[in-house]
Amino acid sequence: MEHAPAPLDGNCLAGPLAGFFTADVTVVTGCCRHCGDVAMMGASVVYRHPMGAVARCRACTAVLLVVVEHPDGTRVGMAGLAWWRLPVESGPG
Amino acid sequence: MTAWHTGQVVHTEPLTASARVLTLAVPGFSGAVAGQHVDLRLTAPDGYQAVRSYSLARVGADEVVEIAVDEVPDGEVSPYLVHEARPGDLMEVRGPLGGYFVWRPGDAGPVQLVAGGSGIVPLAAMARARATVTTHGAGLFRLLASVRTHADAFFPDELGQTEGLTTTWLYSRQAPAASSRPPGRLTRYDVETYAFAPDAGAHVYVCGPTGFVETAAALLVDAGHDVARIRTERFGGG
Ligand SMILES: Cc1cc2nc3c(=O)[nH]c(=O)nc-3n(C[C@H](O)[C@H](O)[C@H](O)COP(=O)(O)OP(=O)(O)OC[C@H]3O[C@@H](n4cnc5c(N)ncnc54)[C@H](O)[C@@H]3O)c2cc1C
Ligand SMILES: [Zn+2]
Repeated sequence: MEHAPAPLDGNCLAGPLAGFFTADVTVVTGCCRHCGDVAMMGASVVYRHPMGAVARCRACTAVLLVVVEHPDGTRVGMAGLAWWRLPVESGPG
Repeated sequence: MTAWHTGQVVHTEPLTASARVLTLAVPGFSGAVAGQHVDLRLTAPDGYQAVRSYSLARVGADEVVEIAVDEVPDGEVSPYLVHEARPGDLMEVRGPLGGYFVWRPGDAGPVQLVAGGSGIVPLAAMARARATVTTHGAGLFRLLASVRTHADAFFPDELGQTEGLTTTWLYSRQAPAASSRPPGRLTRYDVETYAFAPDAGAHVYVCGPTGFVETAAALLVDAGHDVARIRTERFGGG
């Protein structure tokens, strides 16, 4: 793959994280641990790689979440998130 | 639907010299909302796998996935989808995916769509869904679509006469003789002239190559649109 591929939107996290959570992750609201920005995950800036994706804060670019799709199982790191809030009425997916 | 399902190509149709529509039959696929996408997983004979996302071009029929793919020259997956895939071919499908970049028939108020190139695909799905709403409550839609030339436009005839939708094509390389706007990239003037004014309170959906989306979103914010009403879908690339 090329050096720095162009980023995508958090929308594309829906597939890799489907099956991990019962909710559609793109409409879950998250708080950035680094700067406190509060936004739906669909609004994050995502860098996708063949094995997974890195979601960064739209405000300060800190890493919010890392997902690695591995044959042994999908692994998710969420160290950059202070909290997640489920929507009252969860979206499709 | 979160697991991988097997889809079979049932129909292909040319759209432009570099793009085409593919229709897949996908047992178990249901409940898609306009703006959502699917992930496609293709496996080469040697076992190598590639996953790419494609927006749904149309929603409303279960067990059917309709996508429109533009070829990225030298890409791994898109040249196969545009030039080689044929009815009978199998690929894995995950979806429908995403509840953030969506428009639902119950959503109130006007809607501004802004597309660059193949970014028009999920926005066309929204306009098609809007056209099926018969109540008087549905807000008006406007579409600003940037394309290189008229020959690169997706669905131009249909989007020129979709119920509730006003479409403006902006040509970046070469404009038709009848067009008064000189060819060029999307500008602040275009946004101020052809899009809803910020005080219309429209929900704004911007989709296309990453560079286009970032430029268009910044122009909209500069022109006074509320950032909280702007949702984006970056397709990648320049
Ligand atoms: C949520 C989502 C929805 C999408 N929906 C559609 C759709 O409806 N129709 C569609 O045609 N595409 C869509 N895309 C883009 C699609 O997923 C692929 O990125 C695209 O088809 C290129 O894949 P490839 O394997 O051919 O190229 P790759 O082998 O992945 O890339 C080859 C080169 O092209 C560049 N590149 C990658 N993507 C693009 C791009 N979109 N534009 C320009 N250059 C690019 C790369 O940086 C790389 O240098 C969508 C992407 C996302 C994230
Ligand atoms: Zn932050």
